[in-house]
Amino acid sequence: MIDGLNPALVLVCGSLLALLIPQGLLRSGFLLALPALSLIQLLGLPDGQYAQIELFRLTLTTLRLDGLSFAFALVFHLAALLAVIYAWNLRDPVQQVAGLLYPGAALGAVLAGDLVTLFICWELAAVSSVFLIWARRTERAYRAGLRYLVVQVGSGVLLLAGIIVHIQATGSAAFEHLGLDSPGATLILVAFGIKAAFPLLHNWLQDAYPEATVTGTVVLSAFTTKMAIYALARGFAGTEMLIAIGTLMAMFPIFFAVIENDLRRVLAYSMNNQLGFMVVGIGIGTPLALDGAVAHAFADILFKALLFMSMGAVLLRAGTVNGSQLGGLYKSMPLTTVFCIVGAASISAFPLFSAFVTKSLILEAAAQEGHWVAFLFLLFASAGVFHHAGIKIPYFAFFAHDSGIRCREAPNHMLIAMGIAAALCIGIGVFPDALYAILPYPVAFDPYTTTHVIAQLQLLTWSALAFSVLVRTGIYPPELRSVNLDFDWFYRRLLPAASTRVWTLALRGWEAFNAGVTRRVEALIAVLSRHHGPHGLLAATWPSGSMVLWAVLLLGVCLVFYYL
Amino acid sequence: MTDPTSPANCPERKYWLDDRRNVDKVFYGLVLICGGLFLADFFYHKHVNFAFEDWFGFFAWYGFICCVTLVLLAKQMRKWVKRDEDYYGD
Repeated sequence: MIDGLNPALVLVCGSLLALLIPQGLLRSGFLLALPALSLIQLLGLPDGQYAQIELFRLTLTTLRLDGLSFAFALVFHLAALLAVIYAWNLRDPVQQVAGLLYPGAALGAVLAGDLVTLFICWELAAVSSVFLIWARRTERAYRAGLRYLVVQVGSGVLLLAGIIVHIQATGSAAFEHLGLDSPGATLILVAFGIKAAFPLLHNWLQDAYPEATVTGTVVLSAFTTKMAIYALARGFAGTEMLIAIGTLMAMFPIFFAVIENDLRRVLAYSMNNQLGFMVVGIGIGTPLALDGAVAHAFADILFKALLFMSMGAVLLRAGTVNGSQLGGLYKSMPLTTVFCIVGAASISAFPLFSAFVTKSLILEAAAQEGHWVAFLFLLFASAGVFHHAGIKIPYFAFFAHDSGIRCREAPNHMLIAMGIAAALCIGIGVFPDALYAILPYPVAFDPYTTTHVIAQLQLLTWSALAFSVLVRTGIYPPELRSVNLDFDWFYRRLLPAASTRVWTLALRGWEAFNAGVTRRVEALIAVLSRHHGPHGLLAATWPSGSMVLWAVLLLGVCLVFYYL
Repeated sequence: MTDPTSPANCPERKYWLDDRRNVDKVFYGLVLICGGLFLADFFYHKHVNFAFEDWFGFFAWYGFICCVTLVLLAKQMRKWVKRDEDYYGD
């Protein structure tokens, strides 16, 4: 442990140093050692503020450790470790560096005590993460990456603008509670909102994540959105508007998830839905609700990583994650199936699995504060998430009709990563107090009451019953090869179409203008030719006759001016 | 010479779920569990925040209705938003 050293620096600098180490076991081992060392550094640091620097009369606290930042920093390390194990056999230097540089940047953001450091990490995370998409090396991924980058950097630009306004007005760069009334807060909230995938600002997530590489999606799923959740919890806790935004976020993606065919995109929608729960918790803003948001972010990173890992393994072995082409894979990939089901049970909040002990903090807080509309919608969303992530993902990938695909089980290092993630999901569910102990506020909540367990089991089993009845009666919509229009239609179709139309109109106007000018010039030439051409009147008296004529005219004009 | 142990030459192993009747068994098992959990409301005192949570079997039928609504609405939505796979041309 080095006193005051920022753990994020270990990851950021170490990931670049990794390029100097020969490819193979040695480099993989080094990549695994980095988050481990960084974690040791984090655990050795007591709460407090470190590495303060003066810059242009501003005090920057580049490292702040308290209850809120510690919980996020800890789970970021777990996610980074899992991702390195999952990518153990990967020999692509781009993904190796980006796979730790990006977590390092996100870690720097949650440990930042001031807005300037936050902004730098915010942008570094945006730029480093896009390489995990581009590393797929297809035209489609390249375009999706570009769209992703534009949105992410756009969020950074808004954040910078907000920070400048804030520092101008307050003279302080400290990143504390902002609230909507503080100067520049609206810009900062929108910047956070883009990365947290607020409704209508969400589409970059479903657009880009499923286009990343097998391991890239696993890494991406953990950091950007949770970094935004942390920033919202720090800056906007108790902002009532967030309850409505979060409820909407939890609701609308589940409809898309039901009809989506790409199973990694289904997970991206369900991620959006889970973020909604956290945003509601932040909006409520009571200690219980904030604990719920943090705990759920912690659990979500692990079960979402697990689910993306299992779908990544399917993509690697079966060559596709389209629900319409899969089915019956439990015969070929039994262990992956089991791990996927653990992830599915965790996200669905089955008793003894992680989300059961984390999501219930948010629902309980909503109920205690009397938000019955939000409560009912969140319950709807809970049933919905079980439906599309809990049942649909494992059902269409591993069961349903047998697609005839016979492949090998996932490689060992992937199974180990999935196994550890699954163990953590169950561990949190069985021993909730271990997680509750590291939350920002003391938790006095017991998730395992008779009422809560039975109510949750009723909700889930009857949702499963609804799914079974709908599938057996043929009402359930089949998985079809298709894309579904979402908000990205506006910038992928409408805007390009509109700009093409405007461009065509402008081009046509320019041509009309040119034609008009040409006509005039031609008419002028004709007139000149009539008078000055070979047979023109003025040409006939050329040159002395016309010279006299013009001299007389000029003299006449002078005479007129003289009298005026 | 062909290898008698290669997968192509072995009759594929029959799995328990390959039999349609076993899938039915799973379904009826689920129905039984659902029924049991619904009736469980008779046997304990609920600690609730809202009065509606106290309605008999509230979480059961609310979950069922939500999921059916979700699927039916999503099916309608598909008519509006579904496009060909190469709609965006990339």
